[in-house]
Amino acid sequence: MFDWRWDFTFEILPRLLLATLNTLLAAGIGYLIALFVGLLFALAQRTPYGLVNRAMRELVEFIRSTPLVLQIFFVFYVGPQFGIRLSPWASGMIAIGLHYAAYLSEVYRAGIEAVPRGQWEACKALNLGARRTYFGIIIPQALPASLPGMGNYLVGIFKDTPMLSVIGVAELMHTANALGSETYRFLEPYTLVGVIFLMISLPTAAGLRLFEAWVRRRLGLTRSP
Amino acid sequence: MSERDFPAQLEPGGPMVRFAHVTKRYGSLTVLDDLQLDVQANEMVSIIGPSGSGKTTVLRMLMTLEEIDEGVIYVDGQPLTHMPRNGGLVRASNAHLRRLRGDIGMVFQHFNLFPHMTALENCMEAPVQVLGLSRDEAEARALDLLALVGLADKKDQHPLRLSGGQQQRVAIARALAMRPKVMLLDEVTSALDPEVIGEVLSVIRQLNSEHNLTMLMVTHQMGFAKEISDRVCFFYGGRIAEQGPPEQIFGAPKNERTRQFLSAVLEAG
Repeated sequence: MFDWRWDFTFEILPRLLLATLNTLLAAGIGYLIALFVGLLFALAQRTPYGLVNRAMRELVEFIRSTPLVLQIFFVFYVGPQFGIRLSPWASGMIAIGLHYAAYLSEVYRAGIEAVPRGQWEACKALNLGARRTYFGIIIPQALPASLPGMGNYLVGIFKDTPMLSVIGVAELMHTANALGSETYRFLEPYTLVGVIFLMISLPTAAGLRLFEAWVRRRLGLTRSP
Repeated sequence: MSERDFPAQLEPGGPMVRFAHVTKRYGSLTVLDDLQLDVQANEMVSIIGPSGSGKTTVLRMLMTLEEIDEGVIYVDGQPLTHMPRNGGLVRASNAHLRRLRGDIGMVFQHFNLFPHMTALENCMEAPVQVLGLSRDEAEARALDLLALVGLADKKDQHPLRLSGGQQQRVAIARALAMRPKVMLLDEVTSALDPEVIGEVLSVIRQLNSEHNLTMLMVTHQMGFAKEISDRVCFFYGGRIAEQGPPEQIFGAPKNERTRQFLSAVLEAG
């Protein structure tokens, strides 16, 4: 019943490891987009213009409340009807980047709101401009509170990259599916995919915790040096 | 009075700060009711009174942390909360506020130092970013001020590694680095342990005697207010119930509320 074949395992391993690079690339690019666009989403909800703030709030809610896989399909298959013809990679990066940007904007928002009101008042009393207030004072303090959430979504986006297989991005899951349909063996490819994900997720999560502690020390937010 | 009836600027030689018929409400609660208060250049005015009497709101309005509902605040002859237009006054724009706010500095009850910056960086931040000083100029100015408050040796420490008294002294240096004409002190010793209050008060004493600063101080330190003030204002229910020289307010208060307040405070403390 339990029919694990080591020779087959080693035969498919190089292909899967190669696909792992694509998975890492997809997660990395998607996350960079999400980090940047997420900040735009968060700040665009704090403008002096109520209408802009509400529209951005609704957009973020909309993105968060619809499934990622639907968004991927939408960009890739519906886009061309509006003349937007993108490769699977480009479609996938836009969809997953925006999806996680919506999540990250909430993390940023909570981080910004956690900065005490007195900090804003000190900025005003010292006559700092809005840009300096955000980028010099508020965001550096929001960062430590935001890091755990940001780290969770880094692992999250990595684990969601298999969804890109539905539009043919040749990442791990896509490759494992292809191996399965070529050889009619699914046990080894899927098991390997799981193991590879674990071996990347777990150290990443541990590394993120060390990074958080380092950032706190670096910003002088600990009582002891 | 409508905003049109206020002068677009005050006569030269007038007060450094003028609250002209200022009213502030939170919803249906009137925290300051038709406040009239002039503070002369170099004057040290203490504001005392029970909690909820509107003391702190006076400072927060002057620092433009709170908007006022009625009246006009003038600083150095110019309207702060409003700006001249077509011969009358209209609500100040952000640009106007940014220009006028530079004359005012504030020290807060909870210090509000920037925790991710050292003492020195806290004092350099606004001079570099707002006044456009070079880093060298700003550093020289900041070091002078940290020496003034007795913390030159702590310049590279982050606020969390300083005592409350030290943090408050850095906060004073930070406010002074902007060279304000008016300094607002909002219960600056209320969050401090008793043993470090003295070091902060002695810095304020020194500022008052050696610098040309107009100061408005909300305080619960009655002894200090009596010693240092040119004038003491007793606030009650959003109004100035009584004001006068400290000897008179503390020695021979005329208002029944003042007497009650002072006897309660002096008994407690």
